[in-house]
Amino acid sequence: MTLGPGDGLPLEAGTPASSFTELLRSRGIALRWDLAGHSGDGLEPPEGTTVLAFRYAEGVVMAGDRRAVAGNIIAHRNVQKVFPADAYSAVAISGTAGIAIELVKLFQTELEHYEKLEGRRLSLSGKANHLAAMVRRQMPMAFQGLVVIPLFCGFDEEAGEGRLYSFDVVGGSYEETDYATTGSGGRDARLFLRTHFSEAMDAGSAIDLAVSALVAAAEEDTATGGPDLRRDIYPNVVTVSAAGFRAIDGDRVATAARAAMGSDS
Amino acid sequence: MSIPFYVPPEQLMKDRAEYARKGIARGKSIVGVEYADGILMLGENPSGALQKISEVYDRIAFAGVGKYTEFEQLRVGGIRRADLTGYTYSRSDVTAKSLANAYAQTLGHVFTQEVKPFEVEVMVVEVGATTADNHIFRITYDGVLYDDNGVSAIGGSAEELVAHLRAAFTPEAALTTAIGWAKAACLSLDDGSGGAGWEAAVVDRTLGRRTFRRLTPDELA
Repeated sequence: MTLGPGDGLPLEAGTPASSFTELLRSRGIALRWDLAGHSGDGLEPPEGTTVLAFRYAEGVVMAGDRRAVAGNIIAHRNVQKVFPADAYSAVAISGTAGIAIELVKLFQTELEHYEKLEGRRLSLSGKANHLAAMVRRQMPMAFQGLVVIPLFCGFDEEAGEGRLYSFDVVGGSYEETDYATTGSGGRDARLFLRTHFSEAMDAGSAIDLAVSALVAAAEEDTATGGPDLRRDIYPNVVTVSAAGFRAIDGDRVATAARAAMGSDS
Repeated sequence: MSIPFYVPPEQLMKDRAEYARKGIARGKSIVGVEYADGILMLGENPSGALQKISEVYDRIAFAGVGKYTEFEQLRVGGIRRADLTGYTYSRSDVTAKSLANAYAQTLGHVFTQEVKPFEVEVMVVEVGATTADNHIFRITYDGVLYDDNGVSAIGGSAEELVAHLRAAFTPEAALTTAIGWAKAACLSLDDGSGGAGWEAAVVDRTLGRRTFRRLTPDELA
């Protein structure tokens, strides 16, 4: 149904308590496709590639490159793959870009919707579980080759520490202790993090390491975009700490990127 | 089959209005005041858990007085409507005017069609880019929609409160000044209550995307 100014309020019994997804479904505007008998072979939608997250002294840092590829073509050079989920958590995406970005938008709306209705935020593990369920619902599409794998991290306000979660294609959710990566260059980024990671890093070193790991991945994986000094396109880097979500500004990331490329090239 | 007694429609509406007004008058009122950076909503509320003021959307807040379960229903319905509109179209397409219209329709419908009217009054405020773009809407139990300027109040003592606020109000005041006016107005009522606990929140255009913020007890002391 459409929503016009003349529509009343959804007061009817049976609308579920605080879930926005259930609300969409009850109003018949949730996406629902029957893909049985179709194969995704002919499709080549843009795919997002490398994202990573790891813990540092004050919380978690999360970063992603900016490239989206369609087959062996660069589809977009400045895609955003790291997003705020709410004031104390962040989500990054890899896989079919169009579906992944929509998934993030729904996830953000869902968290805010819950927070407003209930007067408090979901717990961090509650948010991770909810994201896992959203990935699980994508399973039929994964069989058509339209795979979405997110990463999720945040500051646990109850425990007072940063935590991160990785996911698999069937909606499995795994809490990681130190670092997690996903996407086509994820393997290379992980190898880099394995040798350089230390738990006691301050925010500055964590930002530098995140950018260096992405540069390392871009060296090995053609689908991962390195920092583009000529066009001024740099990775997205964010931190989540007791002070909440913070997007690191472009100049700071550019400095880290130039340093990383100087030492690596 | 017995024939029901004839009740003239005027009498019916009068009875319903009186019933609703009595219910609303049993609770505390809430005032709305514009200040330099946004709009303040403040009321007396001894309960810290059952709140009357709430965030609805990025720039929009809600306040309800009267029967808690009834304005809570309206609050939840408003948030659902706003989130649906923002998700389906764009965040900037969610407006207080459209929400206030929806509340007016719902309250008007319940007033005339349902067994009993809602014993509530509702305020919907939206902070704009400048004070001239602010909106304060007020919807009464019978679905009548008012567009207020500068100051507003809902509840049994709304008229006295607005008169009291009007006497003090000047545009573009500081938040602390606005809090002072709002508290003084509430304390001026001789309904035997002396500030058993305040509930207050602002929509403040300097706060970024989500402009809603609850005020702390320190700010209200």
